[in-house]
Amino acid sequence: MSAQPGIRGKAWFQALTGSNRALDGDPGSLLTADAKLGEETARFICVIPDPKARFPCVRKGEVGLEEAYGLARRVREAIALGASEKKRPIVALVDVKSQAYGRREETAAIFLAAATAAAAYAAARMQGHPIIALVVGQAISGGFLTHGYQANRILAFDDHDVVIHAMHKEAAARITLRSVEELERLGHEIMPMSYDVQDYARLGMLHRLLHVQDPDSPSPTTVAQVQTELIDAVADARAGARDLSSRRSSDGARQMRKAGLLARARMEREWNEP
Amino acid sequence: MNDTSFIPASVLRRSFIELEARARAQSLLDAGTARELVGPFERMESPWLPAQGIAPQSDDGCIVLKGTISAKPVVVIALEGAFQAGSMGEVSGAKMTAALDLAARDSANGTNTAAVLLLETGGVRLQEANLGLAAIAEVIASVLGLRQYAPVISVIAGTVGCFGGMALVAGVSSYVLMTREARLGLNGAEVIEQESGIEEFDSSDRALIWAIDGGEQRVGMGVADELIDDDAQKIAASVRRYVEAGPPRIHRSDQVDLYSQRIAALDVSKQFDPVMLRDSWSNTRKKGGAA
Amino acid sequence: MEQFKFDYPQAKRPVSKKAHVGVVGSGDMEILMEPSKDGAAQVTVLTSVNGFGASWKAVLDRFFASYEGAVRVHINDAGATPGSVMLRLQQAVEVIEK
Repeated sequence: MSAQPGIRGKAWFQALTGSNRALDGDPGSLLTADAKLGEETARFICVIPDPKARFPCVRKGEVGLEEAYGLARRVREAIALGASEKKRPIVALVDVKSQAYGRREETAAIFLAAATAAAAYAAARMQGHPIIALVVGQAISGGFLTHGYQANRILAFDDHDVVIHAMHKEAAARITLRSVEELERLGHEIMPMSYDVQDYARLGMLHRLLHVQDPDSPSPTTVAQVQTELIDAVADARAGARDLSSRRSSDGARQMRKAGLLARARMEREWNEP
Repeated sequence: MNDTSFIPASVLRRSFIELEARARAQSLLDAGTARELVGPFERMESPWLPAQGIAPQSDDGCIVLKGTISAKPVVVIALEGAFQAGSMGEVSGAKMTAALDLAARDSANGTNTAAVLLLETGGVRLQEANLGLAAIAEVIASVLGLRQYAPVISVIAGTVGCFGGMALVAGVSSYVLMTREARLGLNGAEVIEQESGIEEFDSSDRALIWAIDGGEQRVGMGVADELIDDDAQKIAASVRRYVEAGPPRIHRSDQVDLYSQRIAALDVSKQFDPVMLRDSWSNTRKKGGAA
Repeated sequence: MEQFKFDYPQAKRPVSKKAHVGVVGSGDMEILMEPSKDGAAQVTVLTSVNGFGASWKAVLDRFFASYEGAVRVHINDAGATPGSVMLRLQQAVEVIEK
């Protein structure tokens, strides 16, 4: 991966909201803004690198303690607003390197911080807010579980710098004692291990793979194109269930998640005593 | 007839940790009520492992038993730590999610069905990468769907502990029970050492690992609910109490303000002293934080 | 990765129970044993350790030399020793014949 995580996130946050700064009280790594999306207002949230972050292990765009609790706060705030008005969509712009790998983080229970953010997104979704994840760069492991993976609909750019995976290449190579090239080859044989976003799309969890001209610095035309896709995803989310079942009913899922779907079907059949 | 009155209790104690996942799950349910779903003879195995030269397991390392605890309907979902470190793959994840969803469906229809999760897991099964990660996201969603009706009780006994994305499953649970031997964390010491260097975390320092991730620490700092002995009967008794208690008034992972304040109050200029953290976090609890 | 299949037509005594023993940990294996569907015993083995076909045959031949249950056996193996294999087979039989 050549791109520094978070650069695209910031560019797209600015392009979609006109803002590029954190709200008062939030860490510099958490960007939140309410902006027009079609006819309605949506809340856009993005995690970016902050070299001045308090915690040293998040300065390259990792999702750490402050980011996770900040996410939870801003999502819950949107839920509170939704009590008295239309349930605004929440768009998670995802370009995160991973979760933070630090001793401070583990000591202060980052697992709980991540859980809290995921719980907030899921609560918003279950209460009827359309949650859309737009993966503009990297979406890795705990970072993606915390920010984006609880979405109703996931969109991603069809681009070499977009990587959705459980562990970034270099770390996976170190842990499995393989070379990066070997891992890439393995990904061609075993689709869920692939680092190619087109293969991720084949797994059936993606709502749409977007072909955009200039993902690093989008033109107004590109921004308009993406906004149209987001609006469409919001409508699709509103028309569907508030759970994650759409990830199982896609063509991709029917092809690539057969074993899981069969296990689920059997669990349903066997649940009640014959 | 055996007269066991002269045998010390420590000899009669049955270790929970030494039991395989299936036996652990069985030990928690009311006698005679356990029924395994999508069990080993159905051979719902990983379609991805044999292609990589790895022997699959007939239940994909996830055991689902339906039954009762204190006569209340419960589903126990146990991960087998000895198989691929209890890691989540396509099939094990699907079994877990489906069981949680069915418990939620029953609960929504009037039959509250709690879930007990035996989390012995390193997180995503790297050999199934994106399907494992997606499965964890779905399990998190399913726990959140069930816990509004009935408690989701996570038991982390060891020796694998609960790491990676599955630590978020523990984090969103209604209650977390841990033995002293158990560990709970997002990233294990080896991964931190690998990613951030040995000064950040020396993974050969076992005392440090347990000081940060161990059951006594997690319970002491209030991010887990009960420290349990490695004793199958006692663990069953604790689980019973939480099943009977029902969901908490407020879940730990909903206490955003409390934890935001706790994080803001941390002096990041040096590493945190885990023991001091226990003190400061239980003090904020006593001050009225609903933890 | 290797797969083997062995037939034991002389093992014809009907059995009625199932047994599942073991965990597919490193150096370990699981056995699924159930009534055969065609009146005689068969064994299938899936193993991640290559080159031990003769060992598998030897252990299974020895086992069925003194066991005549018409069982269908499947083994998922991650490197168990022949001694462990025999032990697991005996554990499974104990459950079947209880």
